[in-house]
Amino acid sequence: MHRRMIGALVALALGACGASGNEVQLLNASFDPTGDLYEEFNAAFSANYRTPDGRRVSIGMSHAGSGKQSRSVIDGLPADVVTLALENDIDQIARRSGKIPENWRTLLPANSSPYTSTIVFLVRAGNPKAIRDWNDLTRTGVSVVTPNPKTSGGARWNYLAAWAYADRRFGGDEARTAEFVGAIYRNAAKLDSGARGSTTTFSKQGTGDVLITWENEAYHLLIESSPGEFELVYPSLSIKAEPPVAVVPGNADRHNARKIAEDYLLHLYSPEGQRIIAKNYFRPNDPAAADPEDLKRFRPVEMVAIDDPLFGGWTAAQNKHFDANGLFDQIYQPAKQP
Amino acid sequence: MSSNAAQKNRQKQAIGEGPITRAILIALALAFLGVMLIAPLLVVFIEAFGRGVGVFFDSLTSPHTMSALQLTLLVAAIAVPANLVFGVAAAWAIAKFDFRGKAFLLTLIDLPFAVSPVVSGLVFVLLFGANSALGPWLDANNIKILFAVPGIVLATIFITFPFIARELIPLMQQQGSSEEEAAVSLGAGGWRTFFLVTLPNVKWGLLYGVLLCNARAMGEFGAVSVVSGHIRGQTNTLPLHIEILYHDNKAAAAFAVASLLALLALVTLAVKSILEARFAGSLAAQRRH
Amino acid sequence: MSTPAITAQPDGKPPRAKWRRRSVLPGFGLSLGYTIAYLSLIVLLPLAGLAISAASLGWNEFWAIAFDPRVSAALQLSFGAAMLAAVVNTVFGVLIAWVLVRYRFPGRRWLDAAVDLPFALPTAVAGIALATLYAPNGPFGAVLENVFGVKVGFSALGVVFALMFVGLPFVVRTVQPVLEEIDRETEEVSATLGAGRFRTVTRVILPAMFPAILTGFALSFARGVGEYGSVIFIANNLPFESEIAPLLIVIKLDEHNYAGATAIATIMLVIAFVMLFVINVLQAWSRKWFGHE
Repeated sequence: MHRRMIGALVALALGACGASGNEVQLLNASFDPTGDLYEEFNAAFSANYRTPDGRRVSIGMSHAGSGKQSRSVIDGLPADVVTLALENDIDQIARRSGKIPENWRTLLPANSSPYTSTIVFLVRAGNPKAIRDWNDLTRTGVSVVTPNPKTSGGARWNYLAAWAYADRRFGGDEARTAEFVGAIYRNAAKLDSGARGSTTTFSKQGTGDVLITWENEAYHLLIESSPGEFELVYPSLSIKAEPPVAVVPGNADRHNARKIAEDYLLHLYSPEGQRIIAKNYFRPNDPAAADPEDLKRFRPVEMVAIDDPLFGGWTAAQNKHFDANGLFDQIYQPAKQP
Repeated sequence: MSSNAAQKNRQKQAIGEGPITRAILIALALAFLGVMLIAPLLVVFIEAFGRGVGVFFDSLTSPHTMSALQLTLLVAAIAVPANLVFGVAAAWAIAKFDFRGKAFLLTLIDLPFAVSPVVSGLVFVLLFGANSALGPWLDANNIKILFAVPGIVLATIFITFPFIARELIPLMQQQGSSEEEAAVSLGAGGWRTFFLVTLPNVKWGLLYGVLLCNARAMGEFGAVSVVSGHIRGQTNTLPLHIEILYHDNKAAAAFAVASLLALLALVTLAVKSILEARFAGSLAAQRRH
Repeated sequence: MSTPAITAQPDGKPPRAKWRRRSVLPGFGLSLGYTIAYLSLIVLLPLAGLAISAASLGWNEFWAIAFDPRVSAALQLSFGAAMLAAVVNTVFGVLIAWVLVRYRFPGRRWLDAAVDLPFALPTAVAGIALATLYAPNGPFGAVLENVFGVKVGFSALGVVFALMFVGLPFVVRTVQPVLEEIDRETEEVSATLGAGRFRTVTRVILPAMFPAILTGFALSFARGVGEYGSVIFIANNLPFESEIAPLLIVIKLDEHNYAGATAIATIMLVIAFVMLFVINVLQAWSRKWFGHE
């Protein structure tokens, strides 16, 4: 009886650890909406790739909010690569743990962003609140679902896209721009910690008139839900969301996997990688590699980039908008005080 | 009606409630329990089978669910025995002996009840994180605690720390130590006394404590969420897996896995009810969890 | 097994100077030693780590975080919602305990067993179940919103409902045994002396149950203050509206703001300790004056 129990425990322990000798394990710490993308991509990569000494590679995935993943890697999550929602979360790892070189953005093609996306709206069947653009989100009685910019990378893209629209509308008047963005967030029905949580709130729990979300997340939901249940709305102006990727040499070097980790990320830029990216509703850098059917889905939309003088790159944007007592913190300060 | 009968009737009413009051009170209690406790339980099972039995069994047998189940069983298999040994030791010291500072010791044992699960997770991040005092040393020696199984086990032990001790202490206090003293004076050794005299007296209370501790260990969410790292197939426990499925827009699968844990809760309650019905005297009167 | 602590009284000190009473039973040193060692390792050492981290912040930084309006709002919500939930639970908990102890009706045993459900059901499971029930399109949420105009899911009220769920058994299970022990004769005496039923209940029974009710209330409250898993699914987590303190700790941590997370956690830890102390004092008081727990 006792011996059998110990045997079962040992088997469980081995099962939980799961590493075997002729296989290299890589760990990819990613943000929420990339689950399907990396499931397909990892399978494709593992199928053909062999290390120089002929071993197979299996990829472990960790998904959570981008900020949480950044914090976990700083605290010791042994991720060999990070594929997060925005630069700042990788910058934080570089700055606070030294496990990633500060110049990581220059180490891979296209500023280390193998795919891009943009921010769009999802509304309910028939668009009952007639939501066409950002200014419709500030109307009283419109209930908005968006994740919390403090914890979610996608939510920061949402916020900045709204900011870009308002900045153009008010001709650069910052006070009115801030008031406009604040009005959207004061219409928020729920601030989830990640983009995935917001999607659930909007779709499963019937909360909110409009979901502000990643384009890929929106398509994902359209496919999963019954036809006509939700409608996609592209705003007149959005942002070019560039989710970056980076090798974490501080972790990968510990099991001599830096080269494998680099090969893994470089494969994202390969024709096969780009095709899988487009298939999973992210915009590929190299449209020629993608299936034309997949490309047709992406509607043209004017996009502002984070390096636009309006934002001046992620460090400046993070400082001004999202750090403690930044502009975002001020949105909820006066009006909502109970 | 004679004044005598009226008097009697009034007296009868005075030590119990009239049938209408009684019916109203029972209906209120039933309604509150039905809405607050039974409805959430029903929803779990209804939603679990909402997309058909096929989806239900597919979600339960998917590799990620299986690995989450393995990890959850492993964690409980370490945490519960650890707290069992502690609970027995603490109950022996506290119930069988009188010493100063006992009340303070009891408060310390209770502490994990009152600490927020999030705080319990945070303390282990501060203790073992890469930026902590211990972090660099652990890293240099390649000891993985945070974002690995040991961290999850530690957080679970912390959260379920008082369950067994708190079930045993009042029970053993209530039973006193005269039987043990008799055994010892007849020449029985300490261990012998414990296994042959004390243990049979408290076994049902002990079993109940173990069950509750196990249910909580397998269901802990907040603390484990902070220390897990969410590596799929490796550090995802069942409750974390439920959260992932739920947020992945796979509600039916999330509820299918949730129904597994709800079933565990029901078994726990059933065993508890049976124990209480059969061995009412040998369970602690005071229950604190 | 040796018993060193017991026999170490060679110089015949007066008995009251001893820190423990003599016993013929062995195992005191081992069991207490193990208890203290394990307690220190698992609970005290990690909590001490938190205290040290908080101490390294310095008073100024600590107070700046504690009195930050958003942090205060979150703490107020956690305490306010826990308080409200504990009040509702006290009213209904006493009612349920009364019904379970005093009345016999079909299904009573089932009901009695069901009370413990929140102890055994994982909080995350409770969270998604409650969110489904009280969401605007859920069976309860739709009725509450359309008929009564009350929004429970994704509001501060959702926090209260989740805390009611996790806290209910504490009140019932603390009051129930006391109610079972109350002497029916006192009630009869009260009735014979001409007191009406209402007067007997409010003047004789409730005072006797008071310590137990207060303890149940305090336990339900203490549990509610720290609750996380069930709340985050049903609240809408808006700052200043429905953002609970444990969630704010997680948010601060994910913003790489360790100081903020540590400071809020320390405040909650101190409060937890005070709550436990109050509960233990209440129980000691109850034992002393009413002879039961």
